[in-house]
Amino acid sequence: MIVEVDGLVRHFGQIEAVKGVSFGIEAGEIFGFLGPNGAGKTTTINMLCTLLTPSAGRASVNGFDVVHQRAEVRRSIGLVFQQPTLDEYLSAEQNLRFHAYAYGVPADVRERRMDELLAMVDLADRRKGSVRTYSGGMKRRLEIARGLLHHPKVLFLDEPTLGLDPQTRRHIWDYLFALREREGLTIFMTTHYMDEAEVCDRIGVIDHGSLVGLDTPAALKRSVGGDVVTLATDDPAAAAAEIRDRYSLEPEIRDSEVSFTVEGGDRFLPEFVRGFGRPIDAIGLRHPTLDDVFLHLTGREIRDSELDAQEQMLAGMRQWGGRGRTHG
Amino acid sequence: MTEVWRGTWVVAYRELLRFVNERSRLFSSFFQPIVFLVIFGAGFGNVIGALAPGVDFVKFMYPGIIAMGVLTSSLFAGVSVVWDREFGFLREVLVAPLARTGIVLGKAIGAAVVALLQVVLLLLISPIIGVAIEPATIAQLIPVVVILSISLSGLGILIASFMRSQQGFQLLIQVLIFPLIFLAGVFFPVSQAPDWLQVLSKVNPMTYGVDAIRQIMLGSAATSGLGVEVFGQVMTVGQEVVIVALLGAVLLSAAVWGFRRQE
Repeated sequence: MIVEVDGLVRHFGQIEAVKGVSFGIEAGEIFGFLGPNGAGKTTTINMLCTLLTPSAGRASVNGFDVVHQRAEVRRSIGLVFQQPTLDEYLSAEQNLRFHAYAYGVPADVRERRMDELLAMVDLADRRKGSVRTYSGGMKRRLEIARGLLHHPKVLFLDEPTLGLDPQTRRHIWDYLFALREREGLTIFMTTHYMDEAEVCDRIGVIDHGSLVGLDTPAALKRSVGGDVVTLATDDPAAAAAEIRDRYSLEPEIRDSEVSFTVEGGDRFLPEFVRGFGRPIDAIGLRHPTLDDVFLHLTGREIRDSELDAQEQMLAGMRQWGGRGRTHG
Repeated sequence: MTEVWRGTWVVAYRELLRFVNERSRLFSSFFQPIVFLVIFGAGFGNVIGALAPGVDFVKFMYPGIIAMGVLTSSLFAGVSVVWDREFGFLREVLVAPLARTGIVLGKAIGAAVVALLQVVLLLLISPIIGVAIEPATIAQLIPVVVILSISLSGLGILIASFMRSQQGFQLLIQVLIFPLIFLAGVFFPVSQAPDWLQVLSKVNPMTYGVDAIRQIMLGSAATSGLGVEVFGQVMTVGQEVVIVALLGAVLLSAAVWGFRRQE
């Protein structure tokens, strides 16, 4: 286990932000840490990164204790925060060099790694440019490159690709996968993107300071309780009654559509259509998504307030721009 | 120990890089003291006669202005901390395997090097003022400026470690910097001020920095009669440096403590 967390607790005054969380991460694993805002996600990460001292319990990263061996833990991890942590008045190169010096990366390794990482994040031609002149996406890419510079064993990514275009996201993930293959990099990340959560080997879901789910994405989806079948017919009530009687399932009628949950929907559906006694206008089958898992475990949508706020801002900006055009 | 040492040089290196990249600071750190020297010199020079044999007002003020430059450069160590916090870079520094002591020392040493650079620039105008600078003078000035600057940086970083916003910090510094400068005997000899003012000047640590630099540049206070007298004894450069260094040690330790507290 490269990350071991055992009964980790953190109080803030009267409030217990993290209430005894335990889990382990294998080397080379991509571990997704999901949870609504204020669930204790950031507090847990900060404890693992030695930025916060746990109130109780213990945790180790790369075999080092997060309380007693801080420097060793810090050397073992790379961090990419949601908020920018670059020196805007320095160039990309100067930012990376500072990082290399701070982590004691030898000079020859440093230059090679810098070239490689700058190429990966597509900033090689802008390496001498002041970070102040970079766009938001470019800054984010530079932060990711910097987090990998000192060959960390575990990379902590807090919303790593938030606000990046799909092409760049692909590019970064390709490189992260390659690093995992080559260096056995372990990735610990939080995300609000479903497709990004899908690439995780395992996902831990935290809510109200406790771990409420921990498994592979497939197993988590199975735990929701099967696939959802939606059926349109001229007499929903009669159809629902037939489903209840013949298959002993629990159908629900919503917007004159009948829906029910069934295990192994792929195999169930052909047989169901063949044997059903009434005319069917339309039928649909949906596998549960991680969204359903998240909703099931926390009672909230995965794309919660955090993204909402950002989207509202973007919408506001669009609106503003639009108004400007009509006036102009 | 390596974490302390690496923290010190890495942080100091970046402070200097920042200083070189920011041309405006380079410019202002040199011209602000010159402006004081020219305006105060021209304004008061004719009104105030020689303060001691061979020491006119401009000559008297010159070492004080140099010390003032050291003060502003040093307090910038604090500005830099608040700045880093606001722009997030402080987090990058705090999560690196660097000791807090090293980070604080690095900020202070970075500021001291900038202060030293500024002193060198200001010494270039010494022929115009009419103060003879010999190699021995410079050899004596360097350690005094470095110690004074590191001590005053401690004050800046200590304040910064409690301040969350740039505005709050600037405000507090403004409130502090004027009494620190005006009570330090930059513009008048402390020994000739009224008693109540002398008391205030003598508790101001900056006074000893100003006087130490003045004694090195204009000659020993024992002969000029312009020095600072504490408990009936005229302070020597050595005694003054010890006072500044002790105070600096206290301020820096407090700053390191302030830095640790925020983890």
